[in-house]
Amino acid sequence: MTVTPAHVDEGLWRELVPQALARLLRTYGRDQIDLCEDAVQDALVAAHQQWTVQAPEDPLAWLVTAARRRYIDRVRSDYRRRDRETREALLALPLNACSSESSAIDDSLLLLHLCCHPALPRSAQVALTLRAVAGLSTAQIANVYQLPEATVAQRITRAKRRIAELGGALPRPGDVTERLPSVLDVLYVMFTEAHHTTTGEPAHDADLAAEAIRLARQLHKALPLDTEVSGLLALMLLTEARRPARVGPDNRLIPLDEQDRRLWEPALIAEGRALVERAVVGATPGPYLLQACIAALHAEAPDTASTDWSEILALYRLLEVITENRNPTIALNRIVAEAMVHGEEYALACIDELAEHHPRLSRLAGVRAHLLERLGRDDEAVAAYRQAIKETRNIAEQAHLRARLRRLLRSPGAPSSHPVSDIEPSRRPTGVRRPWAGEATIASPRS
Amino acid sequence: MKYLILMQVDPAVLERLTEEQQKMIEEGHAAFTARTKETGEFIATQALADPSQSKVVRARNGVPEVTDGPFAEAKEFLGGFYLLDVEDEARVVEQAKLIPHARIDGLAVEIRPVMFSDLGDL
Repeated sequence: MTVTPAHVDEGLWRELVPQALARLLRTYGRDQIDLCEDAVQDALVAAHQQWTVQAPEDPLAWLVTAARRRYIDRVRSDYRRRDRETREALLALPLNACSSESSAIDDSLLLLHLCCHPALPRSAQVALTLRAVAGLSTAQIANVYQLPEATVAQRITRAKRRIAELGGALPRPGDVTERLPSVLDVLYVMFTEAHHTTTGEPAHDADLAAEAIRLARQLHKALPLDTEVSGLLALMLLTEARRPARVGPDNRLIPLDEQDRRLWEPALIAEGRALVERAVVGATPGPYLLQACIAALHAEAPDTASTDWSEILALYRLLEVITENRNPTIALNRIVAEAMVHGEEYALACIDELAEHHPRLSRLAGVRAHLLERLGRDDEAVAAYRQAIKETRNIAEQAHLRARLRRLLRSPGAPSSHPVSDIEPSRRPTGVRRPWAGEATIASPRS
Repeated sequence: MKYLILMQVDPAVLERLTEEQQKMIEEGHAAFTARTKETGEFIATQALADPSQSKVVRARNGVPEVTDGPFAEAKEFLGGFYLLDVEDEARVVEQAKLIPHARIDGLAVEIRPVMFSDLGDL
C-alpha cells in the first residue's frame, strides 16, 4: 500500500517511487525485484512516519538510502536464505555501484521496459507497470479491474518471479528501441481499458487513463524524437479531450457523431495537434502516429458533415498497409470512412467481403446494421441489429444498439438522420459499478 | 444466508421497452447495487453476454468436446445475477422486488439459496 505524507505532492511522490525502485534494481539486479519492491514500500512507510514536518532536501536520496537499508535488513532476516555465501554475495557484490548521475527519467524508462518484458502476458505487464512504475497500490489496481485484491497480488507476484527467473540486470539502453512497441501497446491498453470516472467517484479512485497519459508523457520526455511515442501521446490526449462529451446525463454512451463538440477540451486538443504536427514532418508513419492524425482530423472538424473524410480514408488505407492487413478492426474503421466518401452501397459490399474472412469481428454487425438502416432496408437492418446485440460483449455498446433497434422498430421507413460514423477508438468500461457507461473500443493497432 | 438472484431475460421484451422503462432499468440497477452495498448485503453482480456467445464443453467417450452455443436453447435466458448475503428468505424476496427486472412484464428474477461458496480472498 502506497502512502503519501500529507505535505508531499502526490505527483512528485509517484515519480519518486519508481525512481527509487530503479536505483535499487540497478544496484542489486532485477532478479531481486521482489525484495527491492518490498524495501521501497518499507521506505515509504518510514518516510510517512518521519517526514512529519517537512520532506528532506533530496527526497529521492533519502528514499534510496532508506530502501537500501531495508533491503539489507530483509536479506539478512530472510529465513529462506540459509545459504550464507549467497547471502553475503548479495550484500557485498552489488551488480554495479549506484550511478547517481543517471537521470531520473532514464531510470523510470528502464523500469517501464522491465515491466513490459515480452516474456510476460499482457495482463501481467499492465498490472506490474501500474504497481512499479505508476506507483498504484494493489488495492487500487484491484479496484480498477474489479478483481479480488488477492488475484491482483498473485498476478504481480508471478510477474516479478518470472522477471527474476529471467535474471540479469535492468534492460540496457539498446533494449529500449527493441521493446518500445511492447511498451507503447501496454500504455495504450491501459488507456483504452480505463473505466469512466466521470462524477461521483471517490477521489482516491485511480484513473487508468490519467495514469497512462502520465506515463506516456514521461516516455515522450525521455524520447522526444520518437514519432510513435509522440503519436501515442497525441492519440491519448485527443481521445481524452472528448471525454466530457462522451457520456450523457444517464451515463449513456454518446457516439462521436452525436457528441456536443463544444464540450471537447480545447487545451488537450491543442496539445495533441501540436504533437502530431511536429511528429509528421519527415516521419515514416507508424500505427500510433497515423491514428493520432485521424483523431486530429476529427478534432479539427466542427461536425461530422464537415469532417475531412477523404483524408481520413487515405490514412486508414495507409494504416492497413503498414500493419499488413493483420488487424480487421482497422479495415472496419476504413469501411466507415468509405461510407462517408463513397456511399453506403459501396461500404456494404466492403463489409460483406470483410465478414467472409472475419465473421465474428467485433462491431461489424453493428456497422452493417447502421448502413442498412441508412439505405432504408429496414427489415435487414432489424435483423442485423439483433445479430449485433447478440454478438457484442460490451454492455454499453449493447444498450446503444438496442436503443437504435427500438427507434427503428417504432418508426420504420424513416431513415436514420445519423451518419454511420458511430464509433471511435476509445475506452471500454471494465467496472461493474458503472455497467451502463462506456463506448466501443478499437483493438491495439499491433494486435 | 447467501442467495443468488438470477435475472431472466427475454430479448423480445427488451426490444419493446419504452425510453422510460429503459431508463428505469439503468437507474434501477445502479440504485439497487448502491442500496445493497450500503446495507452490507451486496457480494457481487455480473451481466452476461448473449447465450449465442457461449461455448459448451462436454465429454464424449470421456474426452472433452467443445461446441458453440448455449447448453439449452430457450426463449428466455440468464442475463445476469446478483449475489447477496441477507438475514433470511423473506429479506431476499423483499430485496428482489426492487430489481428492475421484477417490475417489467415479461421479465423475471429467480431466487436460489447458495449451498457453498469460495469467493477467493476478497
